[in-house]
Amino acid sequence: MKKVITKRNIMVALLVIAVYAALFFLVNMKVLNRHYRSLLAPVGINVILAVSLNLTVGFLGELNLGHGGFMSIGAYAGCLFTIYTDLPLAIQFPLALIIGGAVAAIFGILIGIPALRLQGDYLAIVTLAFGEIVRSVLTNMKVTGGAGGLKGIGKSTNYTIVYIVAIITILIISNLVKSRHGRGICSIRDNIIASESLGVNVIFHKLLAFVVAAFFAGMAGVLYGQNLGILKPDAFDFNKSIEILVMVVLGGMGNLTGSVIAAVVITLLPEILRGFSDYRMLAYAIVLITMMIWNANPRFAMVKNNVYSWLHRKRGNAR
Amino acid sequence: MQYQSKIWVYGGLVLFFLWNRDINKRVNSTKVKELIILIMEVIAQFMNGLNLGSIYALIALGYTMVYGIAKMLNFAHGDIIMVGAYTLSIAMSFLSLPAPVAIFISMAVCALLGIVIERIAYKPLRMSSPLAVLITAIGVSYFLQSVALLIFGSQQRKVESAVNLPSLLIGGVEITGEAMVTLGVTIFIMAALTSFMKYTKTGMAMLAVAEDKGAAQLMGINVNKTISVTFGIGSALAAVAGVLLTSSYGFVGPYTGSMPGIKAFVAAVLGGIGSVPGAMVGGLLLGIIESLSKAYISTELADAIVFGVLILVLLVKPTGLLGKKRIDKV
Amino acid sequence: MILLELKNLSIAFGGLKAVSELNMKIKKGELYGLIGPNGAGKTTVFNLLTGVYRPTEGQILLEEENLVGKSTIEINKKGIARTFQNIRLFHHMTVLDNVKIGLGNQLKYSVLEGMLRLPRFFKVEKEMDEKAIELLTVFGLEKEKDILASNLPYGKQRKLEIARALATKPKLLLLDEPAAGMNPNETGELMKTIKFIRDEFQMTILLIEHDMKLVSGICERITVLNFGSELAHGETNTVLNNPQVIAAYLGE
Repeated sequence: MKKVITKRNIMVALLVIAVYAALFFLVNMKVLNRHYRSLLAPVGINVILAVSLNLTVGFLGELNLGHGGFMSIGAYAGCLFTIYTDLPLAIQFPLALIIGGAVAAIFGILIGIPALRLQGDYLAIVTLAFGEIVRSVLTNMKVTGGAGGLKGIGKSTNYTIVYIVAIITILIISNLVKSRHGRGICSIRDNIIASESLGVNVIFHKLLAFVVAAFFAGMAGVLYGQNLGILKPDAFDFNKSIEILVMVVLGGMGNLTGSVIAAVVITLLPEILRGFSDYRMLAYAIVLITMMIWNANPRFAMVKNNVYSWLHRKRGNAR
Repeated sequence: MQYQSKIWVYGGLVLFFLWNRDINKRVNSTKVKELIILIMEVIAQFMNGLNLGSIYALIALGYTMVYGIAKMLNFAHGDIIMVGAYTLSIAMSFLSLPAPVAIFISMAVCALLGIVIERIAYKPLRMSSPLAVLITAIGVSYFLQSVALLIFGSQQRKVESAVNLPSLLIGGVEITGEAMVTLGVTIFIMAALTSFMKYTKTGMAMLAVAEDKGAAQLMGINVNKTISVTFGIGSALAAVAGVLLTSSYGFVGPYTGSMPGIKAFVAAVLGGIGSVPGAMVGGLLLGIIESLSKAYISTELADAIVFGVLILVLLVKPTGLLGKKRIDKV
Repeated sequence: MILLELKNLSIAFGGLKAVSELNMKIKKGELYGLIGPNGAGKTTVFNLLTGVYRPTEGQILLEEENLVGKSTIEINKKGIARTFQNIRLFHHMTVLDNVKIGLGNQLKYSVLEGMLRLPRFFKVEKEMDEKAIELLTVFGLEKEKDILASNLPYGKQRKLEIARALATKPKLLLLDEPAAGMNPNETGELMKTIKFIRDEFQMTILLIEHDMKLVSGICERITVLNFGSELAHGETNTVLNNPQVIAAYLGE
């Protein structure tokens, strides 16, 4: 138990509190105008999405183009639950979050089943197909309100709740990737044949990555619905999945801190720079292409390796 | 084979039964008429499906070629269709060139674009993981779409049909000139591509590169050039698909190519990626499935059904209908 | 006591018989060599042993239990670990983590314990660290434990691969060309390490090698493969002086 209270962990905890204190100050002292205040929750939601997607893309090394699909399943499941039940908010809301996550996770298992047999491009296309199927089914169902959207969702979230959920997400996923299961997931990315020869249960670890990512995407979906008060299937299309992917790629695949920063930047940038929204897609495209070419450059890869080793040694000493 | 013959036998029995029942009951003529109308409708939908399917097949050919030789999923292939369609529209309406010249220009522009994209975006990633290549390809797709959006706006643009052929009426079913040309062109291109791969030096070089890049290089094949040519041909085919697509539907917008592109990839996977006849079979099958589900199930769910078919095929037979099994080397 | 026995082991890829009717008996604690010219089917034998390929005929008996039809993962759990001809490390992971992957089948905690960092997580991780460092020390890699595996020099990568395989606590260790690409000094050192592993861990080792100095230096018995079938087997020195074997290597 000694290892819980280390210098590093205390620093992180202080940082978390300091960021929240800063937000609290900015909101309550009315430093931020209404527009900027309304951006706080989406920033947190995108952080959850990016961090969870990074688990499949960065750590497992499989492209998941259906993250928006998982998000929408969680959103509809959780928000329908709040509409059709009449419980005190303090019980209803956490329950809705868990239901949203769980239903998305079940779909994660469903989509994970083909994932057991497929990899690479094929798997990516299956996840894309999954996202599109979810969208068109949601558009055609009565209970979801179809293309017109699901209305009448109580707006029962605020930036504090989103902040807390985001911190929990980051904590759990970073714990996971540093555990033996996380190592198993990374080993599949690095060399699947070697993993099998060492007895790593490839099927289980792939499924784990998919399910955990889907669970948090589902929770993010619930938060999204509760924040906006309305859900429309088109909000979770292929472009949403790509937007999350851009965050993961910009922050660095396999780098959780990077995902957090990138999610914040990408959510805020279009709002801060006027007229940027016209060039948003172009910017995404350029991020995806240049980051990949840059990563493939041996000189850059060497620098990155060295920085990583240095950081790791420092961290090792701190322990 | 056994299954197939069984299907024929059972199908025959059912038809015979239906026919016999009708004779026995001597149904009134309105019912027979309704039946005939229904059959005509199905046939018409079937023809629609063939038209759509041959466009998918044409796009899938390009996909399969690039996938087989460069070992990458060129996600931007669909958007090259869009570039081809815009080029055609500009050449025909602004420059008022005759259709054949416009088609040729469109093919040339797309071929060049394909080669440039490969050089700039994909070549630096030859040694990278498939994940990195696929992400780049998605980036390129987004790039093409957003540039088109910035230049032409989100409004769809009307395009004159490049095909000037009257419709044909066969037994009450109308077959448009576009549909006939599309099917004909696709079959012709498939045949041409097959013989190109088999009998020309460049084609054989492509096959060699598909088999083993390193060995091909040692045998004196210029791998970079071969891959460039592959992208050039694949993109020119995409331009042809763009011409046919807009001839059938009459409009082009920045996102015109993305859905057909993805569906054509589904078609290529369905038929077995890397296989030229597979692309053809997969494309036609997918077009027919889509048309029939649009007509008889639900327009909105048609896409879901198409993607459902993909997931099903990959679950049951990951190599596709005509694909070959790959042995992983350890 | 016989640890591994191959009975009539055969595999055909299409019409090509890559391995045909191979028989082999390896005693517990033995250092056994599998040699033969390029393309003789040596690595295929390893792939059959580890379940990467399924034999068309024959049996693989590990302590009299048939392994045919079992998956690579199950076979590892039964006690066979291997290294690869073209090194297959987890490149983006640290040296320590590479070894800890191998430890994963003995030292366990649940997903939840890992995600929530319950006490067992810390206990087991500590144990893992100790065991991994112990193994790394055997190969002189303990100082590099926090380096990314891809940043290790070539010779050390080969050693790390052996350490990682040993971490799974195998009964039988398969080494696929451990000395490939090493200079004579490194090879000499490797020979010492292999002998040390056998003595220290009472390990049974089957190795594929082209370097005859290494084979004659450490292997007690060998089998020679040629075009997928056995050419000779027995005591190393006897077999290496067999005129048929010399002919196969030098060409007639």
